[in-house]
Amino acid sequence: MKTIYTWAAILAIVVASVIGDVLLARAMKQVGDVDELRRRVGFLAVVGRTLSNPTFLLGVTAMAVAFFSLLFALSWGDVSLVAPAAASLTFIGNAIAAKVFLHERVDRRRWIAATLVAAGVALLAG
Amino acid sequence: MTFRKYLVLAGVTVFASAGDAMLSHGMKQIGSISLNHLQSVIWAVLNPWVAVGILLLLAFFATYMTALSWADLTYVLPATSLGYVILALVARFALHEHVSPMRWLGIAFITSGVGFIAGGPEITVHRHGESLETSSDVDGIPLLAKEARSGAPRVRGMES
Repeated sequence: MKTIYTWAAILAIVVASVIGDVLLARAMKQVGDVDELRRRVGFLAVVGRTLSNPTFLLGVTAMAVAFFSLLFALSWGDVSLVAPAAASLTFIGNAIAAKVFLHERVDRRRWIAATLVAAGVALLAG
Repeated sequence: MTFRKYLVLAGVTVFASAGDAMLSHGMKQIGSISLNHLQSVIWAVLNPWVAVGILLLLAFFATYMTALSWADLTYVLPATSLGYVILALVARFALHEHVSPMRWLGIAFITSGVGFIAGGPEITVHRHGESLETSSDVDGIPLLAKEARSGAPRVRGMES
């Protein structure tokens, strides 16, 4: 039963952080190139523009949900399972979500990169 | 990619791993926090390691958002995963911890994963609202990758 809870919490972390990353990536594309904007309108204006972006705020909320799911997962399962499982599944989930929702060009090169990094993160915890 | 942009990516990597390391060091000094005494979390920020860790994680978030403003998510995430490698190398050579063969293999995997995206374009260019999914790949090399390499006009991510 504890295993099911742990994996449910891991799944919750992965889903929440993928949603968070996708929303944050979309928000920052809406805001525009931060380096360029800062030269044009100044640092504080860029910060204001980012913090007042609704997509950005939703993204931060999703990240907070992911963080609390992590706390729950850690109370049920070992950190040596939870942390690498969540991190490596998030890499794969993000590659899929970025292709579907952000229409990023996830070519063969990027699939291989995401898979290698996910496998590497899983191995690091071993 | 300009030198400045590589610097931002390096910032994401270093701030994330240094911030995590400092937070974990500080929280171990404090000891475990009971769920019944959650207010002690607030006092945790008085620990200098925790305070510096939080500042570093704020710097991480700022650089991460900057990178996402001019690069794809599927570029930024693998590019900044070298932090895991840095942490393992610090553990081995600074803290003299044992790094198992499995971990070295993990380090090799992550490093080669980063190598795979490093040569490609950092941002997807959408032309005239045309769907990217319909443009065909020629011998596995995406149209956009070739375009970026040949220096064709780019809508976003223009070098300054």
